[in-house]
Formats: sequence, structure tokens, C-alpha cells
Amino acid sequence: MRSRLRLLMLIALLAVVLYPLAWMVGTSFKSPQEIASNIGLFPTEFTPGNFTAGWQKFDVGFGRFFMNSAMVSALTVVGNTLSCLLAAYAFGRLKFRGRRFWFAIMIATLLLPGHVLIIPQYILFRTLGWVGGDWPYLPLLVPQFLATEAFFVFLIVQFMRGIPRELDEAAKIDGASPYSVFRHVILPLSRPALVTTAIFSFIWTWNDFFRQLVYLSELQDYTAPVALTLFIDSTSESSVGPMFAMSLLSLVPVFMFFVAFQRMLVEGINTSGIKG
Amino acid sequence: MTTVRPARSRLRTVPAGPAERQGPRGRRHSENLPGYVFLSPWLLGLFAITAIPMLLSLYLSFTDYDVLTPLSEANWVGWDNYRRMFTADPSYWHAVAVTCTFAFVAVPLKLAAALGVAMLLNRGIRGIGVFRGLFYLPSLLGGSVALAIVWVNMFNRDGAFNSFLGLFGIEGAPWVNDPAWALETLMLLAIWQFGAPMVIFLAGLKQIPTELYEAASVDGAGSWRQFRNVTLPMLSPVIFFNLVLETINGFQGFTSAFVLSNGTGGPVDSTLMYTLDLYIKGFVELDMGYASAMAWVFLLAIGLITVVLFRTGRFWVHYSDGEDR
Repeated sequence: MRSRLRLLMLIALLAVVLYPLAWMVGTSFKSPQEIASNIGLFPTEFTPGNFTAGWQKFDVGFGRFFMNSAMVSALTVVGNTLSCLLAAYAFGRLKFRGRRFWFAIMIATLLLPGHVLIIPQYILFRTLGWVGGDWPYLPLLVPQFLATEAFFVFLIVQFMRGIPRELDEAAKIDGASPYSVFRHVILPLSRPALVTTAIFSFIWTWNDFFRQLVYLSELQDYTAPVALTLFIDSTSESSVGPMFAMSLLSLVPVFMFFVAFQRMLVEGINTSGIKG
Repeated sequence: MTTVRPARSRLRTVPAGPAERQGPRGRRHSENLPGYVFLSPWLLGLFAITAIPMLLSLYLSFTDYDVLTPLSEANWVGWDNYRRMFTADPSYWHAVAVTCTFAFVAVPLKLAAALGVAMLLNRGIRGIGVFRGLFYLPSLLGGSVALAIVWVNMFNRDGAFNSFLGLFGIEGAPWVNDPAWALETLMLLAIWQFGAPMVIFLAGLKQIPTELYEAASVDGAGSWRQFRNVTLPMLSPVIFFNLVLETINGFQGFTSAFVLSNGTGGPVDSTLMYTLDLYIKGFVELDMGYASAMAWVFLLAIGLITVVLFRTGRFWVHYSDGEDR
């Protein structure tokens, strides 16, 4: 009896928690007139009009914005997994002078708020001529190729520490260099951690706003989140539907990742979280 | 991941120890070069992307640099930016108050929600994986611009929330346009994303040995006392971890405040989060020297809060189990 009560409570809670998402989906399919009159979950008539209207709302289509977002996210995934993997191997498996010192520094940068660095980084990238121009994405991407996301370094180090040391000792006795141990032992065994890193990098970059807002100033270079803020300026009633439709579309990739990798995501926060 | 873990503690204490000690000195040295080769991208990033910019911003915080004039022509203004911040800029203290309210109210409520739901889920519910995943979903989506847009519309004067209140004959406020309520709707959005700490709590709850609860109930402890005297102390390291993480994140809230106020911090500065204020000063008003000073005070404040959390943590965080294992 008590367990049934608990189940009912959980279902009720879940309904409340998921309501905003359901409402977003429903509203995206309502006609402009219905958005004003029907505040409920379901549209009386499903109309795809908001999607076409939103897609072409601005001088540059949303296809372009989504392509920009996808490109930034994909390259960030490559950069993060690659560079954080290299650093993690050094920290997790190699013995070199100064390792403890650098590791402590890495942990310190873990808690460093990104907003503190945005201004000097902006100035630095501007001096290098990377801000604006034909391809303004370097400031968003170069840091990701230099393992600046300490969280992922830490996550992969934690994982690598769990790989039995006997494996690389054996390979070393067979005369393998640290490079070939990396290539043939650690790299293949680290795949789960790399997949977790890749998924989180993608989702975080896809959702990221602050840095993209700072560095992207031309409409055709906008990523989806920056483009979505254009809707906020136009407050007319008729733009609510298209705004919701594009918002919904922008969440679809994250949702698909969630569906495909749910277990991995949940375990990912656990390993990086408490496993010390 | 879990399959590797049990092997680790055994292997690490036995073979790794001797290997480290016996290892010929030459080999140990030979890992210096590969060590730094693998570390080189990170090192480059540390200096170029993190350390040098940090020092640069420290310098800038004593200048009137505004991007439009070259860096070399920026004037040294001494402590002026800091003085202005603390004594002559009312919006600054307002931003501090808004940010502290946000972090110190929303974070505890978020953690309470996370712990509450985690405890409901921890009692052998069927389909726990599905529940856990669905409660976690808002944490993945909630930080985005898209969701902030939806949230703001839900709490409009004629939004879904007010029409829900209307069912009970209550006339709601125009939440997001009301200075008294705008920040609260943002807090609610933060609390809504309780899934990530919940997942961590769930893993922590699984680690508590059931014998402790059995022993407690044999001693006649009811469910409240079991919670108070078994769950809370045993979970305190995890609570502490979540508290530190969420507090630091809480201070950095930006996206939702930007979306609600269209980048202004309004209505009437009620959502002027510190980072939003910093963005406005630096990138809208181009007062980058002043914004750098703000960034440094922010960094010191977050550092201070982290230290305070760790100091107070000593009094209530129990590592009875984790330490000697």
C-alpha cells in the first residue's frame, strides 16, 4: 500500500516536472489564433505552420543556424576528446617530474568560473585577429583543442586509474614505449570515458550561449541559441508560435542524445562525481 | 565502468606498489619526456587560454581600457575601478544582492528537491531507471536558451501558469514582468533542474549499508530518526559535493536572466545577475577595465565561498566509511 502511494507521488511529480516540455511541444503546433486563446497542453488542430514560419523568420534561415551549431559542437567534441585524452594519459598513467604540481593546478582550474576569463580572452583573440572576419569560430574552438575543459580531463583520469596497471606493466616489459602503451592499451580501454566526454561536450556546446553570444556578431554566423534570442526582440503575438517551434527544434538533438545514451549520461555524472 | 572498478582496489595495492619501488631509475626518467609530450596541449592551454589572460585581466582592472583604443594606450587608473564598484555604482551592489539571493535560496531548495526525490526512488521502485532518466531530462535541457524562452512564456501574464491558477479562481501576477517575482521564476527554473544532483544522491544512497537501517530500527528508531541519524550523516560527503558544485554554478547563472530580460537585467534590475552585469559593462558599455575588476572580485568571492564551504564542511561532513576503504 505504501509503495503504491509512493509510486503515485512519483508519477504526479513527474507530470509536474515534464509539463513545461509537453506544453512546449503542444504550443509549437498551435495556430497563432489558438496560442492566444487555448493555453492548454494540446492544440485542437495540429498545424505545422509555425515551423515553416520560424524557419524563414529572419534574413538567414534556421538551417544555417543549426548547421553552425552542429559544426561548432562537432569540432568541440573532436577537440575535447582528443586533447583531454592526451592530458589525462599523462596525469593518470605516466610518472614524470612535476606531475603532482600540474595535477593540482588542473584541479584548481576545474572550479574557475569561465566568466572571469571572458574579457581578457576576448582581447587576446581580438589581438590575434580571430574575432569577427569570415570564420569567427576560432575563439570558440581553439580552447577546446587545448584541453581547457578540466572537467573532462578529470573524468578521463578517474576512468584510467581504474584500468589495471598490470596491463601497461606487461606491455612495458615487452619493450613497449609509453606511446605504444597509449596507442594499444590505454586508448582502446578508455573508450567508455571518451564516449561520455564526447556526449557531454556535444550537449554542453549545443546548449552553450554565453561565449557564442560574445563572439558571434554577424547574422549568418549565428548559432541556434544566439539566433533564438532574436525572437525575444520581436514581442508581437504572432511570433510566439514560430519561436516555440524553433526552440523545440533546437532541443531535438539533445533529446535524441538523451534517448540514445541515457544510461551513459547518468553513469557519467556518477563516475566523475563521487568516485574519488 | 563498474566491471573494472572492483579489480582496481586489489590490483593497485599489490602489484603497482612494488613496481613503482623497484622500477629502475632510468625508466622513471624516461617517462619525463613522454609525460610532457602528452601534457603539452594542456600546458599550452593553461598558459595561453587561462593563466596569461588572468594576469592580463588583473592588469586591465587597473586601467580604463575600452577595446576601441589600443591596449597600449589604456590609462592606468589605480584603484579607481574598485573604488567605483564598491562606493559609486549602485547597480553593482544590486547585482551582488540578486546573485546571492539566487544562489542561497535556489541551491538549497534544488538540493532538497533532489534528495527528496532520490529517497522516494531509492525504495525499490519498479522502473527506477525510467524515472531516474525522466527526472534527469530537465538538467540536460534546462540550461538552454530554448528552455528559458519557454519558461518565460509560461510565466507571462497570460501564460500557462496563470491559466492554471485561474482554475482555482486565483489571479496570478505577471510573474516575469513583475520585479517582485521575476527572480523567483528564474529560481524555479533552476530548481526544476534538480535531476543532476538527484542522480548523484541516488548513487550515494545505494552505498549506505542496509544493516545500518536494520540496526537503527531494532533500536526503535522511526523513519524520521533513521533519516536524521543514518541517512544524513552517511550521505554528508555527497551532500557536500553537490552543495559546492551547485553553489558555484548558482553564482554563474546567466542564460535564463539574459533571456527573461532580453539582456538588460530587468524588470527594474530584478534579474541583474552578476555575470549579466559583467557582460553589460564589458560588452555593451565596453568598459572592459571596470568589467575586469568585477571579474576579479567575482573570482575572489567564489574562492572565498568555496573556502568557507570547506571549512564549515568539517563540522558536518562525515567520512566514516570512505576514508579507510
